[in-house]
Amino acid sequence: MTEFRMPSLGADMEAGTLVEWMVKPGDRVKRGDVVAIVETQKGAIEVEIFETGEIEQILVDVGAKVPVGTPLAKIRDAPDAMAGLDVAPAKEALAASLAPPPAVAPAAPRLALPSISAGPMPPSVGRIRASPAARRLAQTQKLDLATITGSGPLGAIIAQDVEGSRAVAPLLEKKRAEPGLDLEAMRAAIAAAMTRSKREIPHYYLEHQVDVTPCEAWLAQTNATRPPDKRLLMGALAVKAVALAAHRFPTFNGFYREGKFELARGVHVGVAIAIRGGGLAAPAIRDADRISCDELMGRMRDLIQRMRSGRIRSSEIADSTITISSLGERGVEALYGIIYPPQVALVGVGKIVARPWIVDGAIAPRSIVTLTLSGDHRANDGHAGALFLAEIGKLLREPEKL
Amino acid sequence: MSDVDIRAVLREELGNIAPEIDMSSVDPSADLREALDIDSMDFLNFVTAIHHRLGINIPEIDYPKLMTLDGAVSYLEAKLA
Repeated sequence: MTEFRMPSLGADMEAGTLVEWMVKPGDRVKRGDVVAIVETQKGAIEVEIFETGEIEQILVDVGAKVPVGTPLAKIRDAPDAMAGLDVAPAKEALAASLAPPPAVAPAAPRLALPSISAGPMPPSVGRIRASPAARRLAQTQKLDLATITGSGPLGAIIAQDVEGSRAVAPLLEKKRAEPGLDLEAMRAAIAAAMTRSKREIPHYYLEHQVDVTPCEAWLAQTNATRPPDKRLLMGALAVKAVALAAHRFPTFNGFYREGKFELARGVHVGVAIAIRGGGLAAPAIRDADRISCDELMGRMRDLIQRMRSGRIRSSEIADSTITISSLGERGVEALYGIIYPPQVALVGVGKIVARPWIVDGAIAPRSIVTLTLSGDHRANDGHAGALFLAEIGKLLREPEKL
Repeated sequence: MSDVDIRAVLREELGNIAPEIDMSSVDPSADLREALDIDSMDFLNFVTAIHHRLGINIPEIDYPKLMTLDGAVSYLEAKLA
């Protein structure tokens, strides 16, 4: 049994106010975990723990100001706690597979600078960082934490964020009955994510023109014998090709978080979908590299129909590892997207246009599409980006193999 | 099925795809993709709905004939005749 005490966060600190607990009794903690937020004259500070074990009892309530050295919680020693990954329930294991655990965090308390270190959005994959108070509040308000933007340490969701998000989250379940309200909230969410992206991500952009005449021919032939509900669209082939290429070029598939790139284990392609009347969301097609084009098409149809009618589940918009965006066949020839943080790449697919093209030494009319890549230069480079785009182009040359 | 009935079915199905648009205000000779801001996925859903409701399997090669409300009504009338 050990005690977790109010730390001294500087020679001039005499007391601190417990702002929020990030753990509750029964939670397992290990050295380096952030367990509480403490307010001092220097601002809010995330406090990490030095012990490994299980929280037995919380001794100081939120809001209390206590002197340095005051016991804040009792920790029960748990020798097997380090084996947590092995005994973790399936859900945790899944989270771990999506987001490899970060390296051991520094053991000393660090200054939390919400405006710099904590982006407007929580890490969207794996276990959601949120304080117990935020979890309770979200539960009573029937809000999904995955939809809430965290402003606490490392992007953790704190109670205040849940309060602030009440206008945003319900839009996911709401019909278009009050379009003004929904779209306004969605606009705010887009603004936050895109502002963060342009502030933090050093984007670079590449483009590559691909002859998709083989895709069109193959689709026409394939769809000719199928009823409408079994037909495929070019969009499904594009998503499959991007997913396969992302699998082969893993530095485009993952997350840049806390100063480093984390590879994602699966390829979950977020498909940017315009919502009628304004707004945008990018729900994920999970394991898009491993499912058939038919299954992929079915899932896209389902997602798009539900997204457009406002019946999307919040979990579906949470875990994309790369995004694909297309402005449709009446759109533009090329689009240069803004990466959706913490992802590191976005592939844009322009509309198909008829162009004179050189085929086997002669000019021929061909259907051309411009693929673009927006890459996060912290995670990948233009050289790999060029190969990644070329790979997508190569895959689209043989649609029957997708 | 009369012209009026087919037109009503089409308006209803297009209304499901573009619920915010007042179908009675759509010019029957206008390009539906532009008038309703629909893309290939929406159009495929429209064709699928017609297949389910009227039993008419519209091949892709005939899609251009259904680009306006008037065109779609004529096409389906001929198919049902």
